[in-house]
Formats: sequence, structure tokens, C-alpha cells
Amino acid sequence: MTAALELQQVVKEFPGEPPVRALDDVSVRIDHGELVAVIGPSGSGKSTLLNVMGTLDRPTHGVVRVDGVDTARQSDNEVAGVRSRKIGFVFQQFFLLEGMTAVDNVANGLLYQGVSLAERRDRSREALSRVGLGHRLGHTPNQMSGGERQRVAVARALVHRPAFVLADEPTGNLDSKSTGAVIDLIRELNAEGTTIVVITHDQAIANSLPRQVSVLDGRIQSDSALAVASPAGSQLQAGQP
Amino acid sequence: MTAVSTPPRSTLRPVDVLRVGASGPLARRMRTLLSALGISIGIAAMVGVLGLSESSRSALLDEIASLGTNLLTVEAGGGFGAGDSELPDSATGTIGRIATVNEVSGVWDVDADVYRNEFIPEGETGSVRVVAADESLLATLNGTMADGRYLDEATSAYPNAVVGSVAAERLGIRNLDQPTYVQIDDQLVEVIGLLDEFPLAADLDRAVIIGTNAAQEFFDAGDAPAVVYARVVDGAIDETRDVIPANTDPANPEEVTVSRPSDALEAQAAADDALTTLFLGLGAVALLVGGVGIANVMVIAVIERRGEIGLRRALGATQAHIRRQFLTEAVLLSVLGGVAGVAIGAAATVIYATSQGWRVILPTEAVIGGFAAAVLIGAIAGLYPAMRAARLAPTEALRG
Repeated sequence: MTAALELQQVVKEFPGEPPVRALDDVSVRIDHGELVAVIGPSGSGKSTLLNVMGTLDRPTHGVVRVDGVDTARQSDNEVAGVRSRKIGFVFQQFFLLEGMTAVDNVANGLLYQGVSLAERRDRSREALSRVGLGHRLGHTPNQMSGGERQRVAVARALVHRPAFVLADEPTGNLDSKSTGAVIDLIRELNAEGTTIVVITHDQAIANSLPRQVSVLDGRIQSDSALAVASPAGSQLQAGQP
Repeated sequence: MTAVSTPPRSTLRPVDVLRVGASGPLARRMRTLLSALGISIGIAAMVGVLGLSESSRSALLDEIASLGTNLLTVEAGGGFGAGDSELPDSATGTIGRIATVNEVSGVWDVDADVYRNEFIPEGETGSVRVVAADESLLATLNGTMADGRYLDEATSAYPNAVVGSVAAERLGIRNLDQPTYVQIDDQLVEVIGLLDEFPLAADLDRAVIIGTNAAQEFFDAGDAPAVVYARVVDGAIDETRDVIPANTDPANPEEVTVSRPSDALEAQAAADDALTTLFLGLGAVALLVGGVGIANVMVIAVIERRGEIGLRRALGATQAHIRRQFLTEAVLLSVLGGVAGVAIGAAATVIYATSQGWRVILPTEAVIGGFAAAVLIGAIAGLYPAMRAARLAPTEALRG
């Protein structure tokens, strides 16, 4: 079975004197259907880990396999193709385009696959009703609450049926009520089969998810899946709830 | 392990390149309008200047053609000490006998003052002269009447006058619905005709013209003509011009000046060219400034929209897609300015040319050239910002 995302001995160094090693020999495997929290304090390397997982940044050494495809050896254009089909992003700042309706914002998730506008919009409406925003299709971001905006962003990350969704502090800009709603949504989507990785610094949110990968000083400090399945360190078995 | 296939590369359909390129300008309409303004002013200036100069030139050339370029004016003067020289009395006859001269008419100065009526104080002539002229003058000059008729064999022997256009205005004569008289010295003279302008002999516009016989009989007119107008066979103008002085006054040919009044109008048409070039230059400067404005706006847009660039990269856009988006945006801005500019320039041409009674001529080169210049300037202005946007690393763009 191909993993949704697999990192093997990933090292990421940033140039400097001496070079800064942001990721140090990180290996992690996330299977299809998982819901994983990546947790760590700021400066732990979790943002770098997110960038490498999302193929937005390349590792200095190591292998990053997205749905079985090794992206480390691909050209920029090929990696862009991987992102457009295999990965969905949800950001703390939402990154919705102002002045564009929810439907068109979500439809942008299919833009770089060369799908026609009519089909993009059809699938966008579908994705928006999946996140419970079927009644807000024509609204622009500034007509929506923070929680609604983040649900639009989630719909955009889902619309192209990626191998996994990377959510970077998805509740970082939300009040507690909206936070609960977005986390519930993430659980629901996972229950329907979507693989989701949530990057957070909030221990409570992490604990509420089935698997926690804890990052500190560029290393994986603990991985609940490994602790349960095999303390010896085999990475073949991933924990399933 | 199942077989793994690399996913297809990202693609952005051409129609989506346009949509994505238009999304930025559409979301910020005020800024879009302002940044397109510079280009539109430049293009409008160029199209307007070219349109107006073509229209006015064609009007002038039409006028020259209708007046004829084959008219020569013969006057005394030109040589050393020729201040009080005169043409010989027989000048009209001798010039008329030149084979290449079709028509000839003389004009004689009359030593008399003209007044609207007897109550005008002496000296208040308004610089209106009295001249005597042949009956053929109107035909020779291709002139037309505003009212009444020109002198003929019958009327030229008696105190009858035809009034030039400026003279009529100064004397306060608008039409000849009622019998109208003017006072020339002590003599009451009936006005039988009002002339239109003589563009080729503006002196006559300020004159009251009486017949030669009447001038001899009732007033003090010299025998030597002041000016002789000669209509020459087309194609023989230069030769005729060369032989007129010797024919007219064999003793002192250097005291005879021959000129071609249509030369002045043609010089005017050429002078318009110089002015047009100047305005075109100004338009080009405006266009350049407009292009710099667009480049400036685009650089700011790239800085402001780092988040959008990062998002698009995360959604699978390649560097080329980002570059195309911002390039398209810049070109759209300047095309918008170009379209507006062509419209404004064309409208200005139509309105002004119509108000002047000119034929409206919009040179196609100006319209197409203006539009092409706009596209080109947009592409150049957008190049650097688009490269910057494309080179932005996704992680850096998303940090904003």
C-alpha cells in the first residue's frame, strides 16, 4: 500500500555560518485515511516540516514521497503538478482572494489542472456543500465570518480530491467557537476518508486528534503511532483509530 | 508497492490566463483606472494630433486645389531703389499676350477715400482702400460672390462698387436686400455686389472695387496697374514666371516681382507638419510616463500580493503561470488605456474637425499604431514585475 506522504531521513539546512539545520533526519509516514497532528513549539522546525511535506520547499537530503512519487528529484514544474493534484493546503491566514465569490475561490483549487470553468464551479459547489456552506456560494470573503472563511479554504483544499490536506494552524486566527467548528469539520472530512495533517502548537487540539507527531529542535520527538505499534522504530505500521 | 505514476504537470488554459490576469485589475477598479490613465492620455494625444493634422491638411489641400495653384501675382518692386517703382501702363496687355497665360486682370490704386455715408468724419476709413479692377478679376481669381453681382461692361463705367469681405464688415454692410450706397470722396456710389474671401489675394478683401472706366472718369486713378493677376496654363507655371518680368518691363525687369500666392498656403500645410511632430513627441512622452506608471503599479501589486502568489504556487501554479498572470495584467491595463485613448483621440478629432467643417480623417496607422504601442508598452512595463513575482519562492510568499 502506497503511503499518502512519506518522508525518509529528511534533512533541511538553511545557509548561514554555521548552516542552520531546521530538520534533522526526519522520517514519517502518513497513510491514506489518517488524521495526524504535527505539534511543536515555535522554532521547533514544524513550519519547515510543513513546507517540505507540501513540496513548497525541497529537503537538503532525504526523500519526500507524495502518493508514492519521489518529489525530491522532480523539476519545479513537475512538483507544481504534484501540488495541483495531490496536495490541499489550508492556511492560518485563509489566503482567500478578496472580491471573488466563495465558489470562485474554491474553484481556484482546480485552476492549474486545466479544468474548464464550468466544471470547476460545479465541483466547487459540491465541495462547499460538503463543508456546510452550500448557502453562501455567492458571498465574498469580506461578507463572511472567520470560521466561514476557513471553511471556504478547507473546501478549496478538498475540491481536487488530493492525496492529503495540509492544514497549517487552521484555527490560529479563529475564536474558540469557530475553532471547535473547524476541528469538527476536519474530523468529519477525515471520517469520510480524507487524509489530513494538522500542524498546530495547541496541545489540546493535538490531543483531540487520533495521532500526534511531536517535533522539537528539528527532530521527531515522539510519534504516537510508533509508540503504540512498535517502540522499536518500525515505520511500516501506522496507527489507525 | 503499487506502480506509481507521476501526476501530469500543471496547466493553465489560455482563457484562464486571461481570467486570472483580469482578476487583479477587476478587484481594484479605482487603481486600474488611474494606472491606465497615463497611457490613455498619451494615446489620445497621438491619435488626436494625427487625426486633426490629417483632417486640417486635407481641408487645406482641398482649398488649395479649389483655388488653383496656377495663379501668379505680378507687382512692382524688388530691385534696388525700387521703392516708388511702378509697373508699365501696358503691363496687363503684355502679360496677357504671353502664350501660356490664360487669363489676366489688373488692379489699379484709386486715390480716394471710402466712407459708409457723408456723416463719417474725414480720415475714418477703417483702412478700407478703393481700387479699380478689370471685369475679368472675379474669374481670374476664381472668386465667388456673397451677394449681388460683380462688375460687368455696363456697370463698370458708372459709379458702382463691389465690396470685399473684410471691407463690407468694416463698413457695416451685411447684405444688399436694400439699395446700398457708400461715399467715395464726394461721390455716392451704389454697392452692387459683396465678395466672398479671396484666399489668394487677401488685399482685395479690404478693398472697395470700382470699374476701371468709372475710376478714370470720376476719380483720380493712375494708369499703371498696382497688381496684375495672371492665370497660367498648368504645367507651364515656372517658365511663365521666368519670362514675365522681361515681358512686362524690358527696361527694368528686376523691378518686377512675380509671386505665387498658393505657395504661402502650401507652406502653411508644411508648417502644420512641424507642429504635429512636436505634439506627437509630447504624446510619446506621456505614453512613456504612462508606461512607467504601469510598471510602478505592477511592482507594488507584486509586493502587496505576495500572499496570493504563494497561494497560487501552493495550488500548483508554476513560475511561468505566475509570470504570465502579471504580464497579462500589465498588458490588460495598458490595453484598457489604449482603447480609451484611441476613443478619446478619435472623439476629439471628430468633434473639432466637424466644428471646423473639415472632412474627418482618422489615419488607420494612428489608430492601429496607438493600440500596438499600448500593448507593447504594457508588455515591457510588466516584464520586470512579472519576473519578480515568478521568482518569489513559495515559502517566502506565504510567510507574508
